[in-house]
Amino acid sequence: MSDHASKQYDLDLGSIRSRVLAMGGLVEAQIRHAIDALASGDVALSEEVIATDHRVNAMEVGIDEDCSQLIVRRQPAASDLRMIFAIMKTVTDLERIGDEAQKIARMAKNIHERGGAQAPPVVEVRHAAEAAISMLRRTLDCFARLDADGAMEVIRDDARIDNEFRSILRQLITYMMEDPRTISTALEIVWIAKAIERIGDHAKNMAEYVIYIVKGTDVRHTKMHA
Amino acid sequence: MVKAESKNLSFYYGDFQALKDINMPVHEHKVTALIGPSGCGKSTFLRCFNRMHDLYPGNRYQGEIVLQPDNANLLAREVDPIEVRMRIGMVFQKPNPFPKSVFENVAYGLRVRGEGSRRRIEEKVEQALHDAALWNEVKDRLHQPAYNLSGGQQQRLCIARALATDPELLLFDEPTSALDPIATTSIEELMHDLKTRVTILIVTHNMQQAARVSDFTAYMYLGDLIEFGVTDELFIKPKMKQTEDYITGRFG
Repeated sequence: MSDHASKQYDLDLGSIRSRVLAMGGLVEAQIRHAIDALASGDVALSEEVIATDHRVNAMEVGIDEDCSQLIVRRQPAASDLRMIFAIMKTVTDLERIGDEAQKIARMAKNIHERGGAQAPPVVEVRHAAEAAISMLRRTLDCFARLDADGAMEVIRDDARIDNEFRSILRQLITYMMEDPRTISTALEIVWIAKAIERIGDHAKNMAEYVIYIVKGTDVRHTKMHA
Repeated sequence: MVKAESKNLSFYYGDFQALKDINMPVHEHKVTALIGPSGCGKSTFLRCFNRMHDLYPGNRYQGEIVLQPDNANLLAREVDPIEVRMRIGMVFQKPNPFPKSVFENVAYGLRVRGEGSRRRIEEKVEQALHDAALWNEVKDRLHQPAYNLSGGQQQRLCIARALATDPELLLFDEPTSALDPIATTSIEELMHDLKTRVTILIVTHNMQQAARVSDFTAYMYLGDLIEFGVTDELFIKPKMKQTEDYITGRFG
């Protein structure tokens, strides 16, 4: 992706790309902290995640601005155009993942402030969260290495998280039927599981953009990766 | 529908081979842009289409450019280059009106062709100036010298001059490189409007211009045609790495 006749062009593009990766790293940490807070009952950690979301938002705005500027100045074409286009979409997904992490932190805080004693076990939630984090991390790797094959694998993995979400849902329904006192907490865990499932969807979108950058084909809403 | 097609076309300036076995269609009622770095042969290629190279000794064509609907090779020796230029008009980089009035510039080709009727000539001139989107600006000074017009107007006058003889194919050799952005836009708009009547082949150094005005784009390098394709595809997802490097501004 380098070796433009204009060195400054290389530098600008490179700087935008590394900031996307930095934003991805921050978002990944946000999910991890939110899930840790859920498991440990660390309310302060939940609050930290909630408070940090503005940094994610600011990075999205900053990267978008730099992309607009690069378009105006350089009129990128071909793979450069696809890269910029994909980055602008990627940061939107990353920002939404950040929102999901914040949502998880909020639910965790609610659950524990109410006294997490009657909470149903969250082992499966943790498991699904690890899978989502791994999807996100691998997508960012694929973005950094421009690896379309790896991105294809991430896309396939999204179905696993969807399955886990359904299995968590079934389990929670059983809890709620057996002991109505768990209903409010169980509902919050449903929201958390839903947030994790959405994170998987966003990571999948980002993997689709990587394929677009590398191959120039738009695989969204197609069966080619099924 | 193909309007013209170069088949195994090579061209030599004396011993120097400037075009190497070019095969490319020019689609009817479409704009085809030729892009590539200086010296790649794009202007040489363009000039083959109206036999401009015949003007200098030592130049040699090999292969064919087949013009439709005649299905005739316009490079054949027995074909009169003057006839070719009646059907295939050309607009150059710098506006080059004749040192005559606005009216006479446009009427020139008609007179050369032997049109005697004053009324017919007046009709044709007015129509050509309309088609070149210049009529409203010059209708009150048709008999003033063409040099009094602005650069953009002069270029549109040259387009009107080319249009007056009802050409089938128009060749543009960097038609806006000497114009400001507003005049450039008006020429680009004009190309778009003219497409319904003529086929256009344009050489441009400005890749954004190629992307804006053309339906098909050809990338040339050192006398070879590297890639030819639909403009949108070529600028978003070129097939050849050389094309990619050129349009993204990378060293090859």
